[in-house]
Amino acid sequence: MPIKFPFSRRAAPSDAWTKCPTCEAQVFNRQLERGLRLCPSCGHHFRMSVGERLDMLIDPGTFEERDAGLESIDRLAFHDDRPYPDRLEAARIKTGLRDALVWGVGDIDGRRVAIGIFDFRFMGGSMGSVVGEKLARCFEAALLERIPAVVVSASGGARMQEGTLSLMQLSKTTAPLVRLDDAGVPFITVLTDPTTGGVLASFASLGDVVLAEPRALIGFAGARVASDTVGEEMPEGFQTSEFLLAHGFVDAIVPRPELRATLGRLLRLLPVPAVDDGTAVDADRGWAPIGALSGLAERFGGAVSESIGIDVEPGAGNGSGPVTRRADEEEERR
Amino acid sequence: MTDVVGSNRLDAEAVEDAWRHVQLARHPQRPRTLDLVPLIFEGFFELHGDRRFGDDPAIVGGPALLERRPVMVIGHQKGTDTESNILRNFGSPHPEGFRKAQRLMRLADKVGLPIVTFLDTAGAFPGPAAEERGQAEAIATSIKLMTGLQVPIVVVVLGEGGSGGALAIGVGDVVLALENAVYSVISPEGASSILWRSRDETRTAAAAMRMTAQDQVDLGVVDAIIAEPGEGAHSDHAATARAVRVAVLDALRALSGRETAELLATRYARLRGMGGYLETGATTSRPPEAPSLRRRLGRILHLPGVPRRPRWSEIWPSADDDADSERGA
Repeated sequence: MPIKFPFSRRAAPSDAWTKCPTCEAQVFNRQLERGLRLCPSCGHHFRMSVGERLDMLIDPGTFEERDAGLESIDRLAFHDDRPYPDRLEAARIKTGLRDALVWGVGDIDGRRVAIGIFDFRFMGGSMGSVVGEKLARCFEAALLERIPAVVVSASGGARMQEGTLSLMQLSKTTAPLVRLDDAGVPFITVLTDPTTGGVLASFASLGDVVLAEPRALIGFAGARVASDTVGEEMPEGFQTSEFLLAHGFVDAIVPRPELRATLGRLLRLLPVPAVDDGTAVDADRGWAPIGALSGLAERFGGAVSESIGIDVEPGAGNGSGPVTRRADEEEERR
Repeated sequence: MTDVVGSNRLDAEAVEDAWRHVQLARHPQRPRTLDLVPLIFEGFFELHGDRRFGDDPAIVGGPALLERRPVMVIGHQKGTDTESNILRNFGSPHPEGFRKAQRLMRLADKVGLPIVTFLDTAGAFPGPAAEERGQAEAIATSIKLMTGLQVPIVVVVLGEGGSGGALAIGVGDVVLALENAVYSVISPEGASSILWRSRDETRTAAAAMRMTAQDQVDLGVVDAIIAEPGEGAHSDHAATARAVRVAVLDALRALSGRETAELLATRYARLRGMGGYLETGATTSRPPEAPSLRRRLGRILHLPGVPRRPRWSEIWPSADDDADSERGA
C-alpha cells in the first residue's frame, strides 16, 4: 500500500474533467453542468440526466412526477454474467432513479404537457416493462387531460433482460398513440443521443413532430450488429440526426439551447382542439365559424354577434365553437 | 403477472433443450409461409409492392379463401436453398416489405377481411439501405396500424419470431405458435455478443431469454401452442398445415362474433397488460429542499450564485458516462 504523505499536493480527481469526443478538448465537468452539457469549444452535445433535462425544459416548480413507484421485476430469472436484479440495483444506486424513464406533468413555456424523459445512464436507457408501462400511462394521461404528449428519448432499445416482455413494450407504447390520433392530441418526440433499436422502432419514430439534437446517434440496428450481418463497414455519418433529416424521418434538428423555445413554439402552433362537451377549450384555435365571428366580435365590441343574432361573449369565444376538422377526419378514417 | 418463468440456474439440460428448439425453428426443411399457404387456404392471390419503393420478397401476402370465406394472409418468407434465400434475403425484410404489409392490412380493413399472419424471420434487415429508407419508422408504423385495425387478427409464429421485424406483422387478437417455434427480443447470437461480449454463449443466451413457444405461453406473449407432427414440422408439411388450419379457424370463429368496439378494447387490454412490474408506494418525486445554511440564507437574502429553487438535477445529476456498457436491442 503506498504511503500517503499528509501535506503533499493532492492530485486533482480524474473525474473533474471530460474529454470531448468530437474536438478532444478537456472540458471541466462543472463547466458542462452549468452550460447544458455542451462542449464550450465545439458545441458537442453530451448526454444529459433526467434531472438536467427537467431543469432545462420544464418551467420551474411545475413538474410533478407520476408513477414514481413502478419497479422492474425479474420474471425470466435472467442471468448473464450477473443476475438482472443486481444490474437493476447497481443502476438504481448509480442514478438515484428507479428505472430508465421518468414521466410526469409540467409546463413548457406555460403550456401543460405530459412528458416522459429517458435517462441513458440507467441500463442504457433500455425499455423494459416499467419504461413501457410509464410511457403508456403518460400517453393515456395526455388523452384524458387533453394535453400534448412529449417524449425525450435516449435509449439503446428494448431491455434484453426481460426477453419478449420488452419486445411487447413496442406495441404497448404504440397502441395509445392511435387513441391520441382519434382524439386530436398532438405527440412530439425529441430524439437525443443515442436512440436506437426498439425505442426508435416504436413510439419514438411516431411523433406528429419528430425533433432531434445535432449529431445524435439515431438508427434501427447498432452499427456493430449491422456490419456483422451485412459484412461491410457502415458508411460515415449513417445513423445520425443529419442522416435522418436528409432522408425524411426527422422534422428538424434543434440545438439544445433552442430546444425549450422550439417546443414552446410547436405547442402553440399545434394546440389541442376543443371537444364538444367543452371540457378542454384551447384559446389559440380560431378557425371554426363561431370562433372567427367571435374574433370579430372582440374587435367590434360584440356588435357583430348581436347583429346576426348569435350569442357570443366577447373575448371568451376563440376556438370554443364546434371544430369542423374533427368531423372531416372521422370520415376519412372510416 | 408477477410469477417468475424459469429459474436462475441454467443447467446444461435446459441450455441444450433451448438450443434444440432454436435449431428446429431454423430447420432448413421447416415449412415456410408459401409452403403452408396452398395447404391451408384456397385461391391465394399474391399482391406485390408497397407502391412507394419496390416489392420485398421477404414478405408475401394477399387475399385467400379459408372455408370459402376471404381472409388476408401476410407472412415472412424465407428461402429453402441458397438461391431462394438470396432472393428472399433470408426472410429479413426491408422497409418496403413492412410497407407492403401495411398496404395489405389497410385493404383488409377497408373491405372487412380478417387478417392471418405468419411469423418466420431472424429479424428486420439491418443494412444501410434499410436505414436509409426508414426501417425503424416502417416497423413502428406497422405496429401502430395493427393496434387499431377494425378486423380480427390471428398471428401464427411458424419458425423464428425475431424481434421488431416479427412484431411488425405480429400484433394480434390471438397469437399462436408452432410447438418448436421461438420468439425473442434479439437473436441468441446478438444477445451473446452484447451481453456476454462473446460469440460462444449463443446457447446460454437462447436459454436465458426463455424463447421457446412454451416459455412464451408462460409469459403471456403467446396464447396457445399448435402441436407439430412427428419429429417436428419439417417431417410432415401437410400434417403441420392441417394443425395450423384447425387452430386458425378456431381462433377466427372465436373472434368473429365480436363487435368492433369490443374487439379493439380487448386487443388494447391485451397489449396493455404485457410485461411485469411492481407498483410500490412512492407516487411522486420532488426536488430536494436546498440543504445548506448558505443556500437557505442565500435565498432569503438573494445572494448571487444561489439558486432560488431547488433543481431536479440535484437529485438526478449526471454521473460519469460509462453507460455504453449497457446496450439494448
